[in-house]
Amino acid sequence: MLSDGCSFMKGMLLGGVFCLVLSFLGSFNFSSESSTEDHHHHHIYAPSKDELKRLSDSRVEELKNQVRVYCIIMVQPKTLVYWATVLDTWSKHCDNAVFYTSEGSKALEAVDLNEKDDWARLRKALIHAYENAGDLRWFFVAQPTTFAIIENLKYLILAKDPNEPFYLGNAVKSGELEYVEYSSGIVLSYEALKRLMTMFKDEGQCPERTHTLWKMGEDKQLALCLKYAGVFAENGEDRHGKGLFNKQNVVNMIKQSMQDNPTDVVEGCCPDMAVTYGGMSPNQMHVMMFGVYRLRPYGHDFHDWLTFYPPKDSDND
Amino acid sequence: MKTLGPRISFYAGFVVGTFTLYVFLRQLWFEKTLPMHQVTTLARIQDYQQQLEEEKKMWKKEGSALFNLEHPHHIAQSTTITCEDSRMADELYKKVRILCWVMTGPKNLETKTRHAKYTWSRHCNIVVFMSSVDDPDFPTVGLGTKEGRDQLYWKTIRAYHYAYEHYADEADWFLKADDDTYVIVDNLRWILANHTPEEPIYFGRRFKPYTKQGYMSGGAGYVLSKEALRRFVEGFKSKQCTHTTSVEDLAMGQCMEKVGVLAGDSRDSFHRETFHPFVLEQHLTAKFPKSFWYWSYCYYPISEGPNCCSDMSISFHYVDAVGMYLMEYYTYHLRAFGYRYRYQPPTPPGYSINKFESWDAGKKDKKLEQKLVHPDLSRTDKRQNEDPPPVDGKDGPAAAEGK
Repeated sequence: MLSDGCSFMKGMLLGGVFCLVLSFLGSFNFSSESSTEDHHHHHIYAPSKDELKRLSDSRVEELKNQVRVYCIIMVQPKTLVYWATVLDTWSKHCDNAVFYTSEGSKALEAVDLNEKDDWARLRKALIHAYENAGDLRWFFVAQPTTFAIIENLKYLILAKDPNEPFYLGNAVKSGELEYVEYSSGIVLSYEALKRLMTMFKDEGQCPERTHTLWKMGEDKQLALCLKYAGVFAENGEDRHGKGLFNKQNVVNMIKQSMQDNPTDVVEGCCPDMAVTYGGMSPNQMHVMMFGVYRLRPYGHDFHDWLTFYPPKDSDND
Repeated sequence: MKTLGPRISFYAGFVVGTFTLYVFLRQLWFEKTLPMHQVTTLARIQDYQQQLEEEKKMWKKEGSALFNLEHPHHIAQSTTITCEDSRMADELYKKVRILCWVMTGPKNLETKTRHAKYTWSRHCNIVVFMSSVDDPDFPTVGLGTKEGRDQLYWKTIRAYHYAYEHYADEADWFLKADDDTYVIVDNLRWILANHTPEEPIYFGRRFKPYTKQGYMSGGAGYVLSKEALRRFVEGFKSKQCTHTTSVEDLAMGQCMEKVGVLAGDSRDSFHRETFHPFVLEQHLTAKFPKSFWYWSYCYYPISEGPNCCSDMSISFHYVDAVGMYLMEYYTYHLRAFGYRYRYQPPTPPGYSINKFESWDAGKKDKKLEQKLVHPDLSRTDKRQNEDPPPVDGKDGPAAAEGK
């Protein structure tokens, strides 16, 4: 009986120590993440009014040409409704919108990559885009649940040189790796993509297929390969520090703002020149299309330094 | 009694020890955060006081009416870096003065009306919230009615009489909206600028049944000219109009017809509707079944899809709290850089668009401009025969471009 009691006590003591150690480790991890979370990534802003004012008209036209975007939209037949909605809405504002599918669909046209593995599929899409870029120098990767305002993307990258390696979007940190989150859209300059192509040949550092049990998301895989190529993630934000690439959909962001800033909901929520919103339903996308490209208050004009014209053969913008 | 083996005792002890310490640690953590909780309540009180301060900057409270001190975009302009030119909107704000009254009740103030107050009502010249009971804080006017659907026309009659008695000289047009209607007041001014407040006319989403000239949907909101309002009040005095039915919008339409007020066409120059009886999402995406009443009610042919709604849309109905902020965001904030809209709305007669160059030259004076412009509540007659006055004192009248 006594030996049982002793064992019990020993067990209790060890249990207590175990709990302490666990909670200590837990708090350590938490604090390390929060401390390194801020400002190890770079911030990317759109050009200021003064920067743009200094440019000549011919230079502005040159920039407008340089800033054309090749959209890479990764679809699957199982999300056909989203695919069709993207086709009918924002993708019309890309200079070249190409849909890449995991398997062919009779309903809609796309580049059939015939690939079920997410990372391998993304690789194939990026390679195809690089080879078919023509004279386009900026690439935007999106999922069909993302809504993007391409004109605002162009505004952000307007004064950036695509022969420099740029990898932008909603930059987040996971452990030591800084990556651009997938559902808020990924922007790559030509140079970044070019370096990625070289990296793809290195099976050691940037394997095509991961054979481990635990799979890293393809956005993290991309970040890793780019990192080895010397390209680092940067966060796209406005001058107030508001993120331009949003993982959440606009309705959820407003709901959050209603709780956090009840007297200043809209100003405290979402940027005027937002580039993306993720997790959007097809109806929400149609409404956003109208809200961005049609609805406005009469008598408020903007004299922006560039003009983007509506796409041909379109009736909802 | 069977004695437990020492091994099992050890495991049992381990579990008990872990659990005990876990509970102990949580309690400790909870106590640490409790004083934090007290700090947040203090912060909340400070927030409320700040809110009251901010409200004082937004509105001048006169009795139960809120007079918007500045067209909200002037407040926002200092925080944006983009080049916004609101001169046309400012012109219209001064010349097309709108009193908005919102039909509401005490139960809705915190859940619905508040959101209308903080969003679209800020763009009206004057806003009055009409309820069954007085509330000096919100503020709301007590109309002395009961609450309920059968009271809607009583509320409308009394609300319009109240507006006429108190604010007839301070506004040109008188809008009725529900507490779940979102109104884009700038676009309302655009439509109304083509008319004068002396015309006996009213606008809204026109329905055709039961009346000769049609009537305007209550939920989508409707706006009366000053003359129309005068005739409405006179109509009740002379008993030409009475409380015929509690179906407010139909009753209003019948009275308007009796006193000779014209049911106007509020569609844009592409014949697209501006006042909408449902939310934007439904008008854009829903396929209403052909048996739905909507098909037989609309005065003008219905368009589904993108042509349902004008770029210069004025109202949407059944908008919930989140929807109010979403509409405000889409209308006044979110935009596509450099985008040249397909639809270029025609300029109302008597107003002129300034050329880009002259706006550019005047840009340095923008700060001065903001100080010079203040709400002008007095009016001059024969507005439509005047040239629009210069926006700021420095430049001469803007180069008029006839359109």
